[in-house]
Amino acid sequence: MVRVVSFIFSLFFVCEVVYGQTFDQGKALADSSLKEKMVWVEKLASDDSEETTRILQHWLDGILVYWPQENRLVRGIKEGRRYQLQDLMTEEALGTAASRDIDRVKTNNSLRSALKQVLGSRQLASSDRDVRLAAIAELKRRPDYKVLLLLKKREAAEQDDQIARQLSELIGLVLLESTEANEQLEGLQRISGELSPEVKDSLSRFLLNPNLDPQVVEVAQRELEGITRSLMYWGIGQDLFFGLSLGSVLLLAAIGLAITFGVMGVINMAHGEFIMLGAYTTFVIQQWIPATSMWSLLISIPAAFVVSGTAGIVLERLVIRHLYGRPLETLLATFGVSLILQQLVRTVFGPLNQSVVTPDLLSGALDINAAFSVTYNRLFVIAFALCVLVTLWAVMQRTPFGMRVRAVTMNRGMASSMGVQTKRLDALAFGLGSGIAGMGGVALSQLTNVGPNLGQSYIVDSFMVVVFGGVGNLFGTVFAALSLGVANKILEPFSGAVLAKILILVFIILFIQKRPRGLFALKGRAAED
Amino acid sequence: MIGLRLRQLVFASIVALIAYVFAANVMLPASMGMALDSYSLTIIGKYLCFAMLAVALDLVWGYCGILSLGHAAFFSLGGYAMGMYLMRQIGERGTYGHPVLPDFMVFLNWEQLPWFWYGFDAFWFAGLMIFFAPGMLAFVFGWFAFRSRVSGVYLSIITQALTYALMLAFFRNEMGFGGNNGLTDFKDLLGYPLASNGVRVWLMLASGLALLLSLFLCQKLLATKFGRVLVAVRDSESRTRFLGYRVEHFKLFAFVMSAMIAGLAGALYVPQVGIINPGEFSPLASIEVVVWVALGGRGSLYGAALGAIVVNAAKTFFTGSYPEAWLFFLGAMFVISTLYLPRGILGALEDLAQQVKGNAPKLSTEELS
Repeated sequence: MVRVVSFIFSLFFVCEVVYGQTFDQGKALADSSLKEKMVWVEKLASDDSEETTRILQHWLDGILVYWPQENRLVRGIKEGRRYQLQDLMTEEALGTAASRDIDRVKTNNSLRSALKQVLGSRQLASSDRDVRLAAIAELKRRPDYKVLLLLKKREAAEQDDQIARQLSELIGLVLLESTEANEQLEGLQRISGELSPEVKDSLSRFLLNPNLDPQVVEVAQRELEGITRSLMYWGIGQDLFFGLSLGSVLLLAAIGLAITFGVMGVINMAHGEFIMLGAYTTFVIQQWIPATSMWSLLISIPAAFVVSGTAGIVLERLVIRHLYGRPLETLLATFGVSLILQQLVRTVFGPLNQSVVTPDLLSGALDINAAFSVTYNRLFVIAFALCVLVTLWAVMQRTPFGMRVRAVTMNRGMASSMGVQTKRLDALAFGLGSGIAGMGGVALSQLTNVGPNLGQSYIVDSFMVVVFGGVGNLFGTVFAALSLGVANKILEPFSGAVLAKILILVFIILFIQKRPRGLFALKGRAAED
Repeated sequence: MIGLRLRQLVFASIVALIAYVFAANVMLPASMGMALDSYSLTIIGKYLCFAMLAVALDLVWGYCGILSLGHAAFFSLGGYAMGMYLMRQIGERGTYGHPVLPDFMVFLNWEQLPWFWYGFDAFWFAGLMIFFAPGMLAFVFGWFAFRSRVSGVYLSIITQALTYALMLAFFRNEMGFGGNNGLTDFKDLLGYPLASNGVRVWLMLASGLALLLSLFLCQKLLATKFGRVLVAVRDSESRTRFLGYRVEHFKLFAFVMSAMIAGLAGALYVPQVGIINPGEFSPLASIEVVVWVALGGRGSLYGAALGAIVVNAAKTFFTGSYPEAWLFFLGAMFVISTLYLPRGILGALEDLAQQVKGNAPKLSTEELS
């Protein structure tokens, strides 16, 4: 095989080379001028024996030397004034030589980049799939016409469909570097429908070339427009996905708040800290159960519910119960509790962020194409929020407990007269709301770092959701959380993350003027204070 | 009577403090060794500014029932107005030596001064903006909020959102207020170097006088019929409305006045600490002000001032000696003051005094909520 290929190639070049089992043209290589060396690189590129790869690699590294005494190429590592010589393949020591007794194969910048290209294309033959993908990605960055034949050979041999497609895209990019119109057209055809940034860059660069055939220009322009349009659509899709996942986090944070606020009229400023407790529970459980296993995360969910829920019930029993009917005082007292919880966590776990490991099952992403990928952890958060929502809905609508909670939300006095034990219910509802916040913390730990200030950064947003959506209506909260999440992410590309947030806050401040009780306010007597 | 006496005590001690500093640091020769050093002067000056801020908040919360969780925003706006004047006074002495642009603008490669920085080289203009900027924000915000009858916890939450939004905005370099670092490296005020002891004395005296003035003004306001209506709004907003008062106008006036007092406090605070940055806008800073008022005694201007000084003295002590314990302490104060001291330290002392005399304590706590 090697012989056949090299024979075909040797026809193209001035200097005829016959490849043997070992490379015996060392002297010619070492003696050639830098210009001739470029021809040598191209010649060697077409041969894919292990030895040639080594020669090219050593050449690039600057340790390839010609040893006249034995008339062969060896590794020469400079040590003081002499060179340590080693066999090219086995790296077995061959003694030392003074620099005048050997001939180092020189390089310059253009040679080095050519060598890199050739070596990169060689990795395409690796048996490791990831190495091949990495090599393609590297080559795409600077497509080089020189490696075209080699790429086509690889394409024919490639078994993996995904890699074959990537390879075809790469060949398309390489063909754009060609000067012939039919090759350029083939290249355009190959990259048609691909959305990677390299394709867009190459096309834009390609169109700057003044010597193009008008037909080619037309095709290329159509291609570029198509790519720009698709990129825009997929970009919006990506924003929507991120927005939905952010909205899901907001939903998990706000839904518990809406329950406690709705049932008891209590603003719980420590709610953010219950989220933080949930996230830290995940962290602690990962210390016991291997973090990479999905089990650790699945166990964290009920654990976080219990930890935060218990903390919530304790808070209700010790503090909030005594402040019933004084919402502003409750707000202040719970704020104090939030400070204590933050400092407590800081004292126990330290002030630095802890990184919670994402289980193997959730790391990675499903790449639909270069512009749109679905990361599994965000998908998990969306699915998880949906599960929590459905469960909560079922509890609120289908159980006696839920019915009582709704009754108290609508009219506390009347519910009490009908025999609902409102005090006990308050504690349970508070525990439920706090527990959901804790589960929100588990979800959040998959997206960001876990630190003592985690809760604080979400509390203002959660309040905005509750204020926007209105109290006592599950779907108001869902609608508000998702729309705020999506609006945030849609605005971000135009205005930057901070400005997007400010715009949303200003919008809500204006909105609450119009609808002081939220978008989905409770109607009837319940809404009156 | 006892209550009145406690109030007089607070008032008298502020007057005595001012008189002492004036006597020791200005009138008497330094050789007598009575003068306060500049560290103590700065700390006292800071406390006095905070006390003013607490008085401003108590005016709206204690007497009008508006719990603002964003009062530090007005304080910071006043501070920024003063900071902008001080920045313009630096002139060519900045690191980059630009005659007009402050250092951070040169650093950001800005060509010229943004329009909102014009005029701040004149002290009278900056002095006007100290009241105008917070007052205008309070007016616009309050006009919208009170007209549409946003009240109670909803109002508290959106005031918090307001200061949070302002904090995020001021953190941006593009806003032109120095971004993350804020405004600092001030050199002099009205031509006198800020670092000198003499200027610090006068700044502290000015803070003390401003505090007395705002206490006096608020007290006079509350003693009028206008003040009575404010208290009526606090105790029952709908009834006051049904009696024919335009509740939103009363609230708006009190809110704007409170914002202006807070702005003045911020403006006096900035030259004493030498820096103003967006951290002052943080919701936590605003909510700390609320605890000063709650602990000192909501619905009592002197209590609020006392609370600010007590809590900040505790903060100075804790952050210096036991930094970890500070948040525990602050958090505990929130809980304790709401659970056990609904009328604050001053209220508790008054009740205690009443009990000693054998009278039943006033039951005004229920009315407050």
